[in-house]
Amino acid sequence: MKLRTLDLVFLAGALLVAAAMVLAPGWIVDAPLPMASGGMAMAWTQKIFYFHVPAAWCTFLSVFVCAAGSVLHLAKRSRGGDALAVAAAELVVVFGICTLVTGPLWARKEWGVWWVWKDVRLVTTLILWITFIAYLFVRRYGGPGAERLASGLALFGAVNVPIVYISVFFWRTQHPKATVVAGGLDPKMRAAFWLSFAAFTVLYLLLLGVRIRLERARHRLDELHVAADEAGLLDP
Amino acid sequence: MSFFRAAFTIAGKDLRVELRGREVVVAMAFFSALVLLLFAFAFIREGKAAPDAAAGILWITIALSGTLGLSRAFDRERESDTIAALLLAPIDRGAIYLGKLVGIIAFMALTLAVATPLVALLFDVPLFLHPGPLILLLALGTLGFSAVGSLFAGTLVRNRARHVLLGILVYPIIVPVLIAGARGTQALLLVEGADFDAVWLWAKILALFDVAFVILALWVFEPLVASD
Repeated sequence: MKLRTLDLVFLAGALLVAAAMVLAPGWIVDAPLPMASGGMAMAWTQKIFYFHVPAAWCTFLSVFVCAAGSVLHLAKRSRGGDALAVAAAELVVVFGICTLVTGPLWARKEWGVWWVWKDVRLVTTLILWITFIAYLFVRRYGGPGAERLASGLALFGAVNVPIVYISVFFWRTQHPKATVVAGGLDPKMRAAFWLSFAAFTVLYLLLLGVRIRLERARHRLDELHVAADEAGLLDP
Repeated sequence: MSFFRAAFTIAGKDLRVELRGREVVVAMAFFSALVLLLFAFAFIREGKAAPDAAAGILWITIALSGTLGLSRAFDRERESDTIAALLLAPIDRGAIYLGKLVGIIAFMALTLAVATPLVALLFDVPLFLHPGPLILLLALGTLGFSAVGSLFAGTLVRNRARHVLLGILVYPIIVPVLIAGARGTQALLLVEGADFDAVWLWAKILALFDVAFVILALWVFEPLVASD
């Protein structure tokens, strides 16, 4: 079997993720626990942070990747754009589950409740996640033309994100701010966080690439099937 | 034909058809009354509604009866495949969308004229104490809902699973509109007096959604309805 450049890229990515998986547990355990607002160290569940934040980042990144693919698909009728969009939409749902499961696990310990309805970040993430489940549902059961309908849905879903984020300024959030990550972190915490962040991002890109290839192979198979049928090769 | 002339012609046609049959508006209004009664049975304990429930109930009723109206109004274009004729007309596709949108907004306004007093009556809330802000919130919310609803209902006309898919496509997108509308209405109904700053804030957020939704829908309508 011949290895192509793309295969090598995938292989390198997989090795990077594997290396990070070996290193990260030690770094994460070593990192000190930050102070909670009350002045006490946070509970051990704070370690979820190293999974929750990168997963959330991948979820939102994926939303915009899906929207970009949908724009390409709608404006240019690009097959590749559609493959990108469907791959990204599935990953929104996957990384969204990671975000929505790890978040409440932490919140239960730190806030005392699983879920806070009045928090805009939590609600946005949930709405987005549901929008992309609807996306997959429409693609699966929408019949002919479903890809275009789904693209429309993805665009509206993506447009909702920045607007809801603007409303964060008016709508109080008790979710920790992004500035927590930017500065003020212990160097050990920062190292563990960025390692995990990089590993998640590479994993995301890998999964995206693999899924796009699958979708393209599917399109190609369909085309071959039609061509074979037209050439009369499928007749018994 | 200019863009807006075409849009108003289509809206005028829809309204004329509706004026003769009155089918969609009557169905929507009756349905919204039924939904409100269901909410009343579910939420009224010992003669009193749960506090703060009325605003949310009003907005959910808008979404539910709006969906009913959307599917019926667009089914009409299906009956003798008039949607195909409409799409073949030598006018901008955006004008078709805009015309449909204006028609749907008119239907929803008439439905709201029935549903809103009914909410005030059934749940004993002073909804009409500040009619101006209330109408502003309702108008902005209706525009947001209809902008998304008309786009997807129009796109789904020829889809076999349209009745299932309409809700699935529309509800996740309009959740923020419902939240903003319900919160704004709640701010109007506070026991200690209306909080106009909050109402104004939610109205601005609603307007932001409206602008984004209408612009996006105008752009997306053409590629979505184009047949292969």
